[in-house]
Amino acid sequence: MNKTKRNTCRLVFPAKSVNEGFARAAVAAFAALADPTVEELADLKTAVSEAVTNAVVHGYRDYPGDVTLDLALLEGNLLRVKVRDKGVGIADVKLARQALYTTAGDERSGLGFTVMESFCDKVKVASRPGRGTTVTLEKQIRGRA
Amino acid sequence: MQITREQDALTVFLTGELDHHTARAMRQAADDALRSQKPDVLRLDFSGVTFMDSSGVGLIMGRYKLASSLGAALTVRGLTKRDERIVKMSGLAKLVRFED
Repeated sequence: MNKTKRNTCRLVFPAKSVNEGFARAAVAAFAALADPTVEELADLKTAVSEAVTNAVVHGYRDYPGDVTLDLALLEGNLLRVKVRDKGVGIADVKLARQALYTTAGDERSGLGFTVMESFCDKVKVASRPGRGTTVTLEKQIRGRA
Repeated sequence: MQITREQDALTVFLTGELDHHTARAMRQAADDALRSQKPDVLRLDFSGVTFMDSSGVGLIMGRYKLASSLGAALTVRGLTKRDERIVKMSGLAKLVRFED
């Protein structure tokens, strides 16, 4: 379903962990145009943080590269965030989305996708091994109205 | 971030944004203190945390493992409602004591 875009923004940055915070802040600034509640903004920041961290930790674990964020505010105050990397990709997306599944060791909880799903209305994952991964997050901004 | 010792308990006050990037320094400081001071209880205080994603869960899980291996119990306090929601997705509530 194609919806008219009211506003868009593209950000490209290197997959460095320091940019996880930058990505959250940038998405929050863009989302502010839709007049979200504090809670909606926090949900979005958390979900974006998870998706960008996945790109940094998993996508580009073997070589450096860029993360692209495509932000769109659609009709009806639907916010869409695409987080794209050209990294290693995910062989089994269904498995990767399972709660507590991780390939990154003891300090990673394996909750990234679970958190994204719980804080967004829709989470789509498209991935090809060797080509990269695109995570699309959608959140309906209801605001204070 | 600040670490205080009170009798048998070591309290680590985490501050600022807790993500994959910032967790590294927090983890290192907590582990150094835990190894050198060998308390009976390690307490992670989240009341100064302004943002947290699932890296916070990883931080708790990792400290739980190290504390257990050193014979120390782990308690967690000061989580906001939303951060507690993230932590409870992990099933950690069964292993870790949550204080108000």
